[in-house]
Amino acid sequence: MTARIGVVTFPGSLDDRDTQRAIRLAGAEPVALWHKDKDLHQVDAVVLCGGFSYGDYLRAGAIARFSPVMETLIEQAKAGLPVLGICNGFQILTEAHLLPGTMLRNDHLHFICRDQKLRVENAETSWTTDYTAGQEIHIPLKNNDGQYVADEYTLDKLEAEGRVAFRYLDFNPNGSQRDIAGVTNEAGNVVGLMPHPEHAVEPLIGTGRTDGLPFFTSILKKLVNA
Amino acid sequence: MARVVVDVMLKPEILDPQGQAVQRALPRLGFEGVSDVRQGKRFELEVDGPVDDAALARIHELAESFLANTVIEDFTVKVEEVVEAGK
Amino acid sequence: MSRTPLDTVEHAAATPDVELPWAELGLKKDEYERVVEILGRRPTGAELAMYSVMWSEHCSYKSSKVHLRQFGEKAPQSDALLVGIGENAGVVDVGQGYAVTFKVESHNHPSYVEPYQGAATGVGGIVRDIIAMGARPVAVVDPLRFGAADHPDTKRVLPGVVAGIGGYGNCLGLPNIGGEVVFDACYQGNPLVNAGAIGVMRHEDIHLAKASGAGNKVILYGARTGGDGIGGASILASETFDAASDSASGTGKPAKRPAVQVGDPFQEKLLIECTLEAFKEKLVVGIQDLGAAGLSCATSELASNGSGGMRVTLDDVPLRDSTLSPEEILMSESQERMCAVVEPDKVDRFLEICDKWDVIATVIGEVTDGDRLEIFWHGGKIVDVDPRTVAHDGPVYERPYARPDWQDALQADDANKLPRPETSEELKDQVLKLVASPNQASKSWITSQYDRFVQGNTVLAQPEDSGMIRVDEESGLGVAIATDGNGRYAKLDPYHGAQLALAEAYRNVATTGAKPLAVSDCLNFGSPEDPAVMWQFAEAVRGLADACQQLGTPVTGGNVSLYNQTGEVAIHPTPVVAVLGVIDDVARRTPVAFQEEGQLLYLLGDTREEFGGSAWSQVVHDHLGGLPPQVDLERERLLAEILISASRDGMIDSAHDLSDGGLIQAVVESALLGGKGARLIVPDGLDAFTFLLSESAGRAVVAVPRSEEVRFNDMCGARGLPVTRIGVVDGDTIDVQGEFTLTLEELRTAHEGTIPALLA
Repeated sequence: MTARIGVVTFPGSLDDRDTQRAIRLAGAEPVALWHKDKDLHQVDAVVLCGGFSYGDYLRAGAIARFSPVMETLIEQAKAGLPVLGICNGFQILTEAHLLPGTMLRNDHLHFICRDQKLRVENAETSWTTDYTAGQEIHIPLKNNDGQYVADEYTLDKLEAEGRVAFRYLDFNPNGSQRDIAGVTNEAGNVVGLMPHPEHAVEPLIGTGRTDGLPFFTSILKKLVNA
Repeated sequence: MARVVVDVMLKPEILDPQGQAVQRALPRLGFEGVSDVRQGKRFELEVDGPVDDAALARIHELAESFLANTVIEDFTVKVEEVVEAGK
Repeated sequence: MSRTPLDTVEHAAATPDVELPWAELGLKKDEYERVVEILGRRPTGAELAMYSVMWSEHCSYKSSKVHLRQFGEKAPQSDALLVGIGENAGVVDVGQGYAVTFKVESHNHPSYVEPYQGAATGVGGIVRDIIAMGARPVAVVDPLRFGAADHPDTKRVLPGVVAGIGGYGNCLGLPNIGGEVVFDACYQGNPLVNAGAIGVMRHEDIHLAKASGAGNKVILYGARTGGDGIGGASILASETFDAASDSASGTGKPAKRPAVQVGDPFQEKLLIECTLEAFKEKLVVGIQDLGAAGLSCATSELASNGSGGMRVTLDDVPLRDSTLSPEEILMSESQERMCAVVEPDKVDRFLEICDKWDVIATVIGEVTDGDRLEIFWHGGKIVDVDPRTVAHDGPVYERPYARPDWQDALQADDANKLPRPETSEELKDQVLKLVASPNQASKSWITSQYDRFVQGNTVLAQPEDSGMIRVDEESGLGVAIATDGNGRYAKLDPYHGAQLALAEAYRNVATTGAKPLAVSDCLNFGSPEDPAVMWQFAEAVRGLADACQQLGTPVTGGNVSLYNQTGEVAIHPTPVVAVLGVIDDVARRTPVAFQEEGQLLYLLGDTREEFGGSAWSQVVHDHLGGLPPQVDLERERLLAEILISASRDGMIDSAHDLSDGGLIQAVVESALLGGKGARLIVPDGLDAFTFLLSESAGRAVVAVPRSEEVRFNDMCGARGLPVTRIGVVDGDTIDVQGEFTLTLEELRTAHEGTIPALLA
């Protein structure tokens, strides 16, 4: 038996098929979920993938957050369903208040696409157990609104509770506070990050590294062993 | 000190994809009866000294040449609050 | 307003003496008379709108057609060509049941007026061409040309264009994998924004723009129709229309209609998904995207390519602006719209799919068994034409052309006679200056604003020699695309300049290990009314057609952009050529970057003293004169074969084609990308200057693992390709023995600092 991992397609989602491929490569079964469908079809975990849902009009993630599928997802995430938000998915999770903080436009005001070095700060979340804490990885980053901000109290709290999951190394590509690239909720089941692990799963493709694959093997192990 | 507000809006005949996306989301959230939404930008300029005709003319020029892209956008300039000097 | 009565066909027949503003709509007197002759009466306002826009230079190719025919006449026999010139885009067989469609188009003038939206809608337009063939778009490329890098207008136009391409393409989820950025003062006021796209489909999914089967429904879907980009047509909506026209005097202007079109990439993304879903369920008989000339083009082309006629009710077109007149609706260039022909029993399912994707879709007409295109408005028939006369039988001009009298003087001004560096120190300074010059400098500040990873199939992207996309995950089948064009070469000799553009793109594809298959082109020139420009155009087309024939790569489609000039001054003739290639297994691709220290560097091909139009002559001497490098297409073909074989058999680990900037530019790029230096030895018989900076065509530099040295040399020797060992991958400097040493650090600073300093 393998795990079934849902990937939600919103209007404007771009990396849904890529994310499904990454899930498949990790050995799990990808399940396509549709934004208008409240039913999560008994998946064991969900990935909110990257893209420009609703064109990122109004604010990134702001409209998608009110989709029918999100009603169920928010409820089940609070009850422990593992959820990974990548890029636009991360933005949707913050708009839905499943994760703290929010994303502003990059400080340099340009879209940026690069091979980004990160440090895994928390290797105990549902999505990061196949890494070791402190491990340095390269993951492609591509966004327009990637500047992570939160108030000082929240930032201090995140740091104190070990909930900064990933940090940018060498170069902060968007002005994120405290170089934060990704965070987790308290329980560790909901994780969001701006870089795209699903684009670092095959040796020939993209940057040619596979540093993103452990996201998907981590969750698979957790689900299969559960 | 005075605040001059420059509102920049897409010209009415220009497509506004952002406003359109917001408008289409409204019924889903239960807000009925909004037939159109257009999204613009608001600039608040804190101006030193009196906002006289000359100052307004300068701001007008600034709005026209810089804040707005007059190929596709209109703008309006209005003085929002005037606090008398010395107070 | 006194715009009554409605100008129906009946009304037009009854009021033969009404003067129409044909001149304001851009028609010549004889063209208007031809319309009257075709119809046997004066056209209605709506008909005039359609003819004027479809017979424009942009839509009818009336100045270029007589020359473009050569692409068909000289087309080489190619089993790969599935759909040739004339459709929305050409389609090429790449094997394993896959077909690839690709095309390059220009969006030059709109991008000058409003850089962001102009460039964005350029991407949108080319992508719709690809969808209309039945393919899923998989990548875009953007060949761009701007004025001098330090000119204020470049600083206005370039960031907007780049943001527009990124803003639209990124939001569509299309990796941007290639293109060029070139600066030259000749493009000031006339930037060239060309956009290319590639799509992939199965053979059986190819769709064409034709309406057949009487009773089939015509469905317009996508964005609502607004008054975008209709400029001239508004005259028809004015009150001056029904009286003897005085609109020439500029009075009686109608409501203002925007000349600028705003793109909505989100809407286009939905359009892609919903169209592909409809294709998958085999719901579509024929399809056409709405671009230039909007509904006028879509309806007349669909109808004239099909077997029957078409009847359209314009009242059913969903509008963004209810004040639009029927003429304006027909001419509107609102973006993100498509037109599909669907069998009646499949209409419901088609509409359902559109609804699923929140795309507005409306039946606006049907295919008839007649041969007329009839359009109705408020119950009256306002168009009744033979659609072929609108779409295909436009005017054709044999524009006079003549070799300009300055051409001889230009060619006589020999760049080979320019003063050359006299010392090693001077040579080093010039090399450093060259790699830092805007045209030779790294463009990563620009390309990092484009998403190159999305879709998870990108094998190579800029600054590689060609972009490469995996098509099949199982077999590793992939396609490569490169675009090239050198306006300086073409100015010196348009015939050979066009061939050099093809040769370079062909070489770039082969350098990455892919086999070149087919060509698309975007021909950017000045005014066809200038005989000198027309000569440049005729020569470039002749050169390109001849070269395509010789290389066996057919032209599958493309685009012509004329009138790129300010006053009397035209841009350099700029044929931009895209070559598409195929690679059996992307695992065998060859990158630009040096991979391993100790690997041997070989120069393939012959190096001559060729500096006409070179980067060196531009950067060091601000000079343009002489002749461009010689063209030897048989050599290009041989070089390509060697590069492909070497890649397939694992004999080379990196390769880079030599073009502008010569050998040193190529070595510097390979070194910086790989983070590994090189030691170079000037070969016998060459001086260091020519070795490093000549731009002789038909060359590449490759890195060969020592274990493959004998095998590689034997292969080149057996096939008769000159090969010269020039050095080794080594250290963290570029060391030209006996001449100079530059550290990678100083090269990187020079190469990567220029563009951000100018634009950031």
